[in-house]
Parts: sequence; C-alpha cells; structure tokens
Amino acid sequence: MQVTSRKFKESAHEAMADEDLRAAMNRIRTAFTTARADAAAELPEFESLRDQAAEIKDHVLDNLDYYLEYFEQKVVAEGGHVHWCSTAEEARQAVLKICRDANARTVTKGKSMITEEIALNKFLASEGIEPIETDLGEYIIQLADEPPSHIIGPAVHKTREQVTDLFHEHHQQYGYQDREEDPEKLVGEARTVLRHKYVTADVGITGANFLIAETGSTVIVTNEGNGDLTQSLPKTHIVVASLEKIVPTLEDASTLMRVLARSATGQEMSVYTTFSTGPKRKDDIDGPENFHVVLLDGGRTEMLGTELQELLRCIRCGACMNHCPVYHAVGGHSYGWVYPGPIGAALNPQMVGIEEARHLPNASSFCGRCEEVCPVRIPLPKILRYWREKTFEQQIGPQPDRWAIEWWGFFAKRPWLYRQTTRLAARVLSMIAGDKGRIRSLPFAKGWTSVRDLPAPEGKTFMEQWKKHNREGR
Amino acid sequence: MSPMSGKIEVALFVTCLVDLNRPSVGFAAVKLLEQAGCRVSVPDAQTCCGQPAYNSGDRKTTRDIAAAVIEAFRGYRYVVAPSGSCAGMIKKHYPALFKDDPDMLLAAEDLAARTHELVSFLADVMDFEPDDVKLDRKVTYHDSCSSLREMKVVNQPRKLLDEVDDLELVEAEDREACCGFGGTFCIKYPEISEEMVDRKIDNLLATKADMVTAGDLGCLMNIAGRLHRRGEKMKVLHVTEILAGMGKERGIGEGDD
Repeated sequence: MQVTSRKFKESAHEAMADEDLRAAMNRIRTAFTTARADAAAELPEFESLRDQAAEIKDHVLDNLDYYLEYFEQKVVAEGGHVHWCSTAEEARQAVLKICRDANARTVTKGKSMITEEIALNKFLASEGIEPIETDLGEYIIQLADEPPSHIIGPAVHKTREQVTDLFHEHHQQYGYQDREEDPEKLVGEARTVLRHKYVTADVGITGANFLIAETGSTVIVTNEGNGDLTQSLPKTHIVVASLEKIVPTLEDASTLMRVLARSATGQEMSVYTTFSTGPKRKDDIDGPENFHVVLLDGGRTEMLGTELQELLRCIRCGACMNHCPVYHAVGGHSYGWVYPGPIGAALNPQMVGIEEARHLPNASSFCGRCEEVCPVRIPLPKILRYWREKTFEQQIGPQPDRWAIEWWGFFAKRPWLYRQTTRLAARVLSMIAGDKGRIRSLPFAKGWTSVRDLPAPEGKTFMEQWKKHNREGR
Repeated sequence: MSPMSGKIEVALFVTCLVDLNRPSVGFAAVKLLEQAGCRVSVPDAQTCCGQPAYNSGDRKTTRDIAAAVIEAFRGYRYVVAPSGSCAGMIKKHYPALFKDDPDMLLAAEDLAARTHELVSFLADVMDFEPDDVKLDRKVTYHDSCSSLREMKVVNQPRKLLDEVDDLELVEAEDREACCGFGGTFCIKYPEISEEMVDRKIDNLLATKADMVTAGDLGCLMNIAGRLHRRGEKMKVLHVTEILAGMGKERGIGEGDD
C-alpha cells in the first residue's frame, strides 16, 4: 500500500472531524477495553501466562534459524512446500507462481496482515487474478477499496449505514435490490455472495497466527469460519506468514492462544481455531491437494539483536490499539501504513523508514496503557522513545523543536542561571495574566494556547519563596 | 539548620512545574511531610528531572541532568516529589539511562530506591492521615498515567482524601485514560491532545463533582486550561493542597473573574 505516514498530522485532523469515525472509535474505546479487563480478571493465571507467552517468543527469537528449518522439514515431510522470501516482492512472486501453476483465475483470502504488508491484492489483480476477501471486515473494506484500520477489525471504522450503502451498491448484481439495514440480514447477504466464491476459487490464501515447528502445522484463529472454507475448498492452499510467527510446540501455541483472544476481544478463545498440516492425505475426505507456506522476512531479521527485537514477540491481538487514546482519537488510517496504533508507531519506522514515519513515535503521550495490556509484554513506550532518539540524532523533523530542547537543557544544567530565568518567567507570565489567573494566547506557546488556557504562575517561584522563608526562620 | 533529632530526613524534589507555576503545591508538600514527622530539605541544585529532553529523544542532555539530580540528592534518606511523573522518571528511567555506566548505574539505582511519589510516601511509608482537614466539596480524583502505571499510586490518594471531613469522593468513567498532557506531546500535537482532554473532561463533568484533583501538576494544568477554555466551572487543585487544608485556595488557572 502507499505509505502516507508523512501526512500523519493532516490525516489525523481530517479523521477527528469525521463524525462517523468518531462514533466507530467510541465503540472500540468502551467495548474492547471492558471485554479485555473482564477476561483477564476471570483467569487467575493470566499475568503469569503473559510472562510465559513472552518467554516462548523470546526463546524462539533467540533460536529462530533452528525452529524455521525444523518447521520446513516437517512441512516437506507432510507433503507441503516452504518458500523463503526476503522481500515483499519475492513473496508476491512466490504467490503468483503458485497461482499460475494452478491456472488460477480467482483466489479466496482469509484475513492476513502479511498480505496487506506485501500489497498482494493489488498485485494479483494487476496480474489478472481476482482476489476475494472472505473475512467480513476485509470484504467490506475491499468493496470500499480501503486498507484495514485495525489489525483484528479491519472495518472497525465503518458504520452500519456505510456498510448498508456499500452492499447496496455492490450486491445488486447478485439480485439484492433492497437497501438492507438489518445487521443480521447484511451478514446473510455477504455469506450468500461469498459461498459461491469459495466453491469456484482455484486457490485459497490465508495468513497464520502461529507456525508450529514440531508438527509443521499452521494455525489460524477466526470468528467467522471463513478461514476454514478458504483453505479447505480450493485445490491449492497458500499460507502467507512472516517468520516470527513460529513457535516450537503445540503446547506453546496453546499458551499463546490463551492470552491472544482474551487480549484481543475478551473471548476465552476465538470461535474457530484451525490447524493445517500439509495437503490432503490419502484417507482425508477433504482438504487442498497442494499446500504452500510463503515465509516472509520483510526486514524482520534485521531487528534481531537490536532494541527492536521485542517487537517481534507481537501476536497481533490489537490490544495496544484498543487501549490507545491516540488511536481512539485519530483512527487507524492516520498512521499511514499497514500497522496502526502503538505497534504500528513502533514498527512502521523500521518498515518504511523513520524519516517517513517520524510522527508516529512522537504522537504519543507515553501513557503506557499499551504496554500494560500487551499479552507478550512488549515495552512499546521504550521503543517509541528509541525512535525519538533516532529522530533527534539524525535531525529529522522540525529544527526549532531541537533548538528549544537544547536551549532549555542549557538552563536546566545550570541551577543558578535557571533560578534567575524562572524568577523572571514567573513574573512576566504572571503579569501577562493579570488578575485573570490564566493566559488565553501566547505567541511562543501556540501549541499550548491554541486549545487551552495557560494557567499562570503565582508570581514568585517556589525556590525563591523557600529561601526567603528559611532566612526569616521557620 | 541543624538536623532535628528523631525526625526522618526527606529531600523534596520540587519539580519544575511546581517551582515555576504553583509554588503552593510545594509548600503544601512541606507542610504534609512535616505533619507526618519528617524534616524537609530542599536541595538548592535541583532544576528539573529531565523529562522534556528524555521524551524529545535528547539522551545526552537527559543524562547530564540526571547526573546532576543524582548528585544533588545524594545522602538523603528519602527523596519525595509531589508528582508521579517526576518520581517515575527518577525511579524507573534513571537506572535505564545509565545501564552502560556501572558507577553511575549504582548511584542511579541508589537514588531510585530512595525516591517516592509524595502521596504514596505519606500513606505507605509514614502511615500518615490528614488530621482536622475539612472541605465541603464533591471531588473526583484523576489518575495520572505515571502515578498509576509507573508508581502504582491508586488507593493511597483516595484513602487520604477519604479522611478529609465533609469531602465526597466520586469516581469518573474510564479513569485509567490519559488526559492528553504527555509533556511535549500536548504542544507538538495539540489537536490530538485536545481530543483526549475533552474526553477526560466529559467524564469528569459527568460525575457532577465540583472539583477535580490529581497528583501531577502537568495533568492538572492541561485539564484546568481546557476547562477554562470551555468555560466550565469545575475547580482544579493538586491533591497535596487539599490534604494540607488549602482546599479553599484559588484553583489552578483561576483569577478574580
């Protein structure tokens, strides 16, 4: 997808003026946070499960080569193929070749952020292969020709009315003439339209929540069951996954699943959990004849052994964005690339470059709620700060901001000079405020006064009053 | 001044915002600490904890300032700040700043171990309760993010406010949400900050409280500034001011009008 992170401020401005988006974000803010809190409270071992989950991922990241090769052996032993891809382009070509070999005209797709990352849909369409999203949310945004705005709820920014309009526009060709508003009937429409596509698709593409080394299995979790139909009805199943999705054992996958759904939606488990191990075997009654895993690096191995490695623990639950006040305010599209919210703010600078994405790690109040709820305890604020240090070192972003900090630092390092300056500032600001006690507009503090009054200093600093107080005896 | 015998020596980290903007919070802090049986010193070499530089990515300046703070507060039994944010900076972030410098790390960890946020210090270490303080107000308490998440200050201020006669404490919806201050964030991204503080204020107003309080002046200046801009009448005070019996003083950002 086109990267628009550079325009974060403008996008955020537009997003905050969008009443539909505000309504949608309000739903997330209350529904997801409450659901996660309740789910966590109901499981006494939840906090220790989070520790275990982080440990599993850390262990894998320290031994990634071993587990990936082990996984490949197992996939091959089960009759499948693994395609190692360093870049998005290699991954696209690998998928295309498999589709060509299958003479594919249409492919159905389960929800996958990695296929968003490699912009697979546009690519396949340009090669004459029609991709059809089968996750309801992905289907909606495919009709709207928009990227996802949330990693587990891609169409979370859409209101029911907008979905009604989209379906009315696109479903008339299938004989749905009425403008349907009832959510259940809208889902029914999508289901019927998609059912037909499942049966006629030549290839099914899914992502993977986990790749299991000991068995060579791939795992997806869904709430709609669309993934099952996508991967079992077409003759060829392609799993597109990034390499940090690997876990050693089924047991490890189950530990991670216990924190995944609870953190994401507050469910104990998602409705469907589907394991795929190789193609259809001799006695299987259904399943694909060909099974491929397209493994994407996409810059991830560069993060190993760096301050960014902990980001690779991410299991894409979306809890960080569900709890992020900035995400609630600006919505997912403002972030300008595939991953929104705190995980996007931490990851996108690595993926698209810090110069392009400089706003993302800066647009945070460091409230820390993301880290507090992350099931694998990724220190997101620490990583955002790492990027701020990079922007400062590399002089990316407005020069006056850096001057202001350097200037302030000059005084803060010299207590005596600092005292004189603050004494003066306290008096001047107090004078400007007069008997109002606050300042409505201050030329050099527009960032503050554009949206709020500046409560004025009382007039004398604490330090000067304290000295006087002590001199006069207490 | 000679140390008073039997008293616990506490150094006050005033914080740059209290020093410049609201010295009464500093005096309230001194009063409370003395009531709790402490002897309070205010080291002269302090300026700021370094967060503006730290959060702007200027690690070098941050380390210089942190080193100066470590030096200024060497030797005191306790270091107390009327702010979860500044206390959190010293306690959680100073050691991280010096992780590659063993000598400084030792000193940073030593300071971190002695550093406390004021209200939790009063409640947990000094077992203090406000005595004979009265305020006939309906009050809601805002949890600052750093008090809540870095310093685990949750029940202590509520417990102490509960001891204030006639004070009715009410809780706001979504009380764990950030107010949108975030230091330099609120200046660099004023529109997003505005959206956040408006949500916070809507939740505060919905409690029908006539006063909001918190343990961090940054949040309070942001909330008060926005309340005034919106023309709301809710009064804003730092929690130490209420506990020190200064609840009738002029609220933050309030004038004669």
